[in-house]
Amino acid sequence: MQEHSPSVATALPKLPKSPTGIEGLDEITEGGLPQGRPTLICGSAGCGKTLMGIEFLVRGIQNYNEPGVLMAFEETASELAANVASLGFDLPDLQAQKMLRVDHVHVDRSEIEETGEYDLEGLFIRLGHAIDSIGAKRVVLDTIEALFSGFPNQGVLRSEIRRLFRWLKDKGVTTIITAERGDGTLTRQGLEEYVSDCVILLDNRVIDQITTRRLRIVKYRGSTHGTNEYPYLITEDGISVLPVTSLQLDHPVSDNIMSSGVPALDEMFGRRGFYQGSSVLITGTAGTAKTTLAASFAEKVCQQGQRCLLFAFEEAPQQLLRNMKSVNIDLASHVASGLLRIEASRPTINGLEQHLVTLHRLVKEFRPDAIVIDPITNLVSVGNTAEVRSMLTRLIDFLKVSGITALFTALVSGRGQHEMTDEGVSSLVDTWVSVRDLEGIGERNRGLSILKSRGMAHSNQVREFVVTEHGIKLLDVVVGPIGIVTGASRLTQQLQEQAQTLAAQQETDRRDRELERRRRVLEANIANLRTEFESVEEELRQINTEAQNRQETLTSGNLRIGAANPPRRDTPAPDEKV
Amino acid sequence: MNPFLDPAEFSEEPTGPEYLLHLYITGATPNSTRAVRNIKDICEEHLKGRYELLIVDVYQQPELAQEMDLIGVPTLIKRRPGLVRRLVGDFSNRERVLKALGVAPPAGPL
Repeated sequence: MQEHSPSVATALPKLPKSPTGIEGLDEITEGGLPQGRPTLICGSAGCGKTLMGIEFLVRGIQNYNEPGVLMAFEETASELAANVASLGFDLPDLQAQKMLRVDHVHVDRSEIEETGEYDLEGLFIRLGHAIDSIGAKRVVLDTIEALFSGFPNQGVLRSEIRRLFRWLKDKGVTTIITAERGDGTLTRQGLEEYVSDCVILLDNRVIDQITTRRLRIVKYRGSTHGTNEYPYLITEDGISVLPVTSLQLDHPVSDNIMSSGVPALDEMFGRRGFYQGSSVLITGTAGTAKTTLAASFAEKVCQQGQRCLLFAFEEAPQQLLRNMKSVNIDLASHVASGLLRIEASRPTINGLEQHLVTLHRLVKEFRPDAIVIDPITNLVSVGNTAEVRSMLTRLIDFLKVSGITALFTALVSGRGQHEMTDEGVSSLVDTWVSVRDLEGIGERNRGLSILKSRGMAHSNQVREFVVTEHGIKLLDVVVGPIGIVTGASRLTQQLQEQAQTLAAQQETDRRDRELERRRRVLEANIANLRTEFESVEEELRQINTEAQNRQETLTSGNLRIGAANPPRRDTPAPDEKV
Repeated sequence: MNPFLDPAEFSEEPTGPEYLLHLYITGATPNSTRAVRNIKDICEEHLKGRYELLIVDVYQQPELAQEMDLIGVPTLIKRRPGLVRRLVGDFSNRERVLKALGVAPPAGPL
């Protein structure tokens, strides 16, 4: 019981503490309430003071085997039992086991007549008897201030209450004293003067018609403690103080990659997707298919056999399923197989903290690998920006520590300011995808770009995408004369290019044909010339032959003449060569 | 408080003394001893022979403290006659005691 704060490694003896067993409270108090000392819990009506006291006793009995005494000044034992029965606390049963004693102190001014000096020894005896009879270690005095209404003599009362707290300390019982919040003071009767060891303040604030309960440790003598205001809730299992923001940024990281569910989008990331356990933000103006992108991711997660938790703050599950089916994202089968769980609620149904706690509870129950919140901007309607930011910080922290990949969508208003989101969560997320309208002449097109992606290279292009019957499809980049063009311009551009290509082709074809024609003409010419040449050649050859014949005839004539006149030997006959 | 709830006590009333008083004290503390002395004086003076006074030391029977719903001590519980009344203190304010007991103060200033 005394070693509940292992993080504080010190050789010095630590203040012994009694763990409350209340979810979250022991973390803030670093182990529990000061053991053997009184703790004051103050708050206005409806804060859950009594409940916190009773839970302290019941958890003490159930978890730590420490019997307890409840001294109630306002409600009777049966009323108390009925009130907490819905939380699963069975007070009569614990009383029967002699682990709990409930003593209702009835204070009624009209019945009491002061006739002189007196003290509150009766109360001491009752309490002492109750403590001793079951060996109680824990005591709760529920609104001891009720005494002030019954006993007008404040001097006596104050000195007796001071003596009571001293006496409880001497008895070594860990005590919770509840008190009503006063005007400008912690308690109406200034009890904080007497209880100086630990004071916890509960607060019930209504901002914009939404109630948030908060808890703060005002003081804790002899111990460090969380100093913030921590939201808490009264759930079906009792009080749950909100999971504290982890103080260090030292959560383990994963090197695994999760696909976005849109193959072309994956291609835009250097490592083909998001890191597992990272947080992804998709921002965009209305109607830019944020939900569809988110649903694609959810479907992909489930297709890989992993579990996904989807918080829909805008649409009912049935509507979401139907709408996504129209773009061929089949979530219904994953819901049926249990891999996908859709939690749909209006953000205004409860306060931010309630949302956070619901989320925590579901994450613990469902153990998802990925979580989708669509959209986080709707939460702004519940709290102010600072609150939403702090809630989201806690949420993102929690998810990161748990190693859960988170995908949030956020609606941004107006144009030109897409670089910041209302909640300022952009610095918290690892990957930021922006979808927006690319409004041109008479039409809107959707463009998608990656603003940042920690830990990996990413494309710098603005890609146009369309939502088709087969899901989201990123279109090829078309570059026009003044940059990337989209929509009808893109089509025009494409048509123009087609026309140009066609014209170029036709030109080429025409040139080819011209060439062919010329070649043919030339070839015809060549054939003509050749024919001409052949005829000339023929003619020449004819002439030649005739000349030769003539020569031969002449020669043979000469021979015949030479035979009549014998030839001179020294003169060669010139015709012999021919 | 409702006499009809306890017919036995009701029927018994005429036979017992008119005043039935229970005084709860805590040992021999100054308040307690003073209270015993004062109440005895008052009873002897105003209710002589008409009362029954039971003095209980709560230290001896601590369970009675819860049973009787004691807070301030000394406490005198007037069982009879009339409504049950609780008187807290050492009974030094005699006028109040008499008023609470339903005894008319003697004529003349106190």
